[in-house]
Amino acid sequence: MGACNIFEVSSQLLFSQLLLGLINGAFYAMLSLGLAVIFGMLNVINFTHGAQYMMGAFAAWLMLTELDIPFWAALVLSPIIVGLFGIVLERLLLKRIYHLDHLYGFLLTFGLALIIEGLFQWRWGSSGAPYPSPIPGGTNLGFMFLPTYRGFVVVAALVICLATWFAIERTRLGAYLRAATENPTLVRAFGINVPRLITLTYGLGVGLAAMAGVLAAPIQQVSALMGVNLVLVVFAVVVIGGMGSIMGSIVTGFGLGIVEGFTKVCYPPASNTVIFVIMALVLLIKPAGLFGQTK
Amino acid sequence: MSNRVLIGIAVAVVALAAPWMFYPVFLMKALCFALFACAFNLLLGYVGLMSFGHAMFFGMAGYFFGHTVKVWDWPMELGLLAGVLGAAAIGLVTGALAIRRQGIYFAMITLAFAQMIYFLCVQMPFTGGEDGLQGIPRKPLLGFIPTEDDYTMYYIVLAIFLFGYGAIYRFIHSPFGQVLKAIRDNEQRAVSLGYEADRYKLLAFVLSAALAGLAGATKAMVVHFATLTDVSAAVSGEVVLMALIGGLGTIIGPVIGAFVVIAMQDYLAFVGQLVLVIQGFIFVIIVLAARRGIVGELTALWKARRKVG
Amino acid sequence: MADTLLKVEGLQAWYGESHILHGVDFEIGRGELVTLLGRNGAGKTTTLKSIMGIVEKRRGSVAFEGRETIRLPSDVIARQGLAYCPEERGIFSSLNVEENMLLPPVVKAGGMSLAEIYELFPNLKERRRSQGTKLSGGEQQMLSIGRILRTGATLLLLDEPTEGLAPVIVQRIGEVIRTLKSRGFTILLVEQNFHFAATVADRHYVMEDGRVVDMVSAADVAENIGKLQAYLGV
Repeated sequence: MGACNIFEVSSQLLFSQLLLGLINGAFYAMLSLGLAVIFGMLNVINFTHGAQYMMGAFAAWLMLTELDIPFWAALVLSPIIVGLFGIVLERLLLKRIYHLDHLYGFLLTFGLALIIEGLFQWRWGSSGAPYPSPIPGGTNLGFMFLPTYRGFVVVAALVICLATWFAIERTRLGAYLRAATENPTLVRAFGINVPRLITLTYGLGVGLAAMAGVLAAPIQQVSALMGVNLVLVVFAVVVIGGMGSIMGSIVTGFGLGIVEGFTKVCYPPASNTVIFVIMALVLLIKPAGLFGQTK
Repeated sequence: MSNRVLIGIAVAVVALAAPWMFYPVFLMKALCFALFACAFNLLLGYVGLMSFGHAMFFGMAGYFFGHTVKVWDWPMELGLLAGVLGAAAIGLVTGALAIRRQGIYFAMITLAFAQMIYFLCVQMPFTGGEDGLQGIPRKPLLGFIPTEDDYTMYYIVLAIFLFGYGAIYRFIHSPFGQVLKAIRDNEQRAVSLGYEADRYKLLAFVLSAALAGLAGATKAMVVHFATLTDVSAAVSGEVVLMALIGGLGTIIGPVIGAFVVIAMQDYLAFVGQLVLVIQGFIFVIIVLAARRGIVGELTALWKARRKVG
Repeated sequence: MADTLLKVEGLQAWYGESHILHGVDFEIGRGELVTLLGRNGAGKTTTLKSIMGIVEKRRGSVAFEGRETIRLPSDVIARQGLAYCPEERGIFSSLNVEENMLLPPVVKAGGMSLAEIYELFPNLKERRRSQGTKLSGGEQQMLSIGRILRTGATLLLLDEPTEGLAPVIVQRIGEVIRTLKSRGFTILLVEQNFHFAATVADRHYVMEDGRVVDMVSAADVAENIGKLQAYLGV
């Protein structure tokens, strides 16, 4: 509240909060991207997304502590493992409910999230475990101190998001995906194995969430409940952006992260809720979402 | 017909004698959640809107009740009223925004608003943050009915529950409820007949919020305590589970579902956090195998039997 | 028939509870152009969809090149060499014209090249970067036909390609269909427009209430015109 005079705020504080916002935004973008792609193909809002993000971080942490597998290998391995787990879930459970109302997918994946998070909490407790930064150190940029790893996360997330965008908008597989989102029956009648495409999409979406989790591990504590609140914020992000556009998801995710960081500087108590307030405003002004098509 | 009367008498006897058979606080808690689940189900079963944020009404009403009764020293009946009106007010604001989207988006939006309320509750001083509002006194109701005793309190809670349940029943069977069903089944047709669908939906949403508030305020009254848990997404999920277990869209289902879930929490307390895992499994099993819930499946079984016999 | 490509026997199909096809029988020889005629609701489109495997519940026999396909999922059926052009055209709005064109995968050797297809439909080449659904109705129809020519499919199932189009365009589609026949494609055409069908087809099957009730070859159309008109209610 009140006027936020950025000149009175130290540049150190401002830029470090903005960096933090950018990092959060990177996770919002990666997660909302996966949610949108999965929703497009499966018609399921994947409530398990937060749990799968947590599994990604956990897999990396377990690899490091139990098997001495370094971060860089985990960054590749963990999304594959969690993605495969997602594929099993899809084949065994999700595929049974595609013909039902969307709500059932929501309830099913909510139940799965309870199971997964509950089991992790039961086995490893709910207090967090630290994960050492794979690139310690940083650079003093004059106006702020930039920890190298945090800079890396922003760049890596951006690259991953843009690669996903490219894969969907500019490749043949992406064209199958877009077409199948519109009319799966016809795409299948052209000779494309749509059920396999659906499974693959889910695996990729889940892998994306897991990769976000691995990237988050050295910044946040690795804990069973690290995805619980995050997925709820990401729902708001998805409502704000609308799920129609890949680029829209990316822009909205990063943008909201920055807004959140900025709020933390100006009026810290509102930083938790600012995204929800924006959601309320968007619902008032453009209910379909910033990048959503009407109907 | 006489069958129904017999069942009615049996239910009444059980309801009246229950506190001598079960722990009264357990019964009162279950009744509060039963009313809460009925309020939730009113929206899902009869308007077709699934709110995944109903804890915001339930939990906030508890705070309103606790604050007015404890800090402002209001009488309890006014505290309950404060809970109901406060929840209705929150329902009016969030509902007006949420009904701008439908289906799964509606669920996500209500969930997000509830999360916002949760974050606010963590920060705002009047909720007591992590500690909650403790030691809310039980005062004589209407100035003369003693409430210290759990047995007396049970009958008060039973009366409140019956009042809420009756209100829902009347509402569903009123002309207004009929219009709502028409909107649920075919919104476009209802609109073309001249009904302002959004207004009807909003009113149902506010009513559902108010009754959830009544349940939440009553719970705070029973347990002397308003807590952060009751505004959390976990409780929003629990009420969905109750309605789902009992049978979506059946009027008695949520009551049964609430007793099942609360009993599970009480009797399975020894497994600790694994209760959540069990709840998760129940969600999965019901969605995959028994979408009609206990009441729905039993009714179907009974009908099938009658057909055979 | 010397060389039967598709043989349909006792084909039944359901949409949910409603029984649509009650035993459809007909066959198509290699290189033939055959139409299914009939009034609205006779079951023509459902027949095409059932052959293609997109009707969930179907029974009877559909043999393509002598192999039974009734139990196969639609993607496997397509890979045997059948291609489908739906009534609603099914152009994807999130894909541009060329992406729409390249979407159906090649299932067999011997399909037309992209260049040949663009030669057949010059408009589409000009507009190949446009969003698919921004095309005119006629262009969308051409795209819908064009994109299944690349795949190497030997049997084309065309569902009312002339519906809602201007006479000039209908004529153009007629030319295209004759060209395709001359290139050796076998074509099963569903039509309501008998005058159009008569100009292209070798034989006509007439459907009524979910069954094939008659067959008239092109040579006999003139003497049976009264009967056909009665069937179609024109």
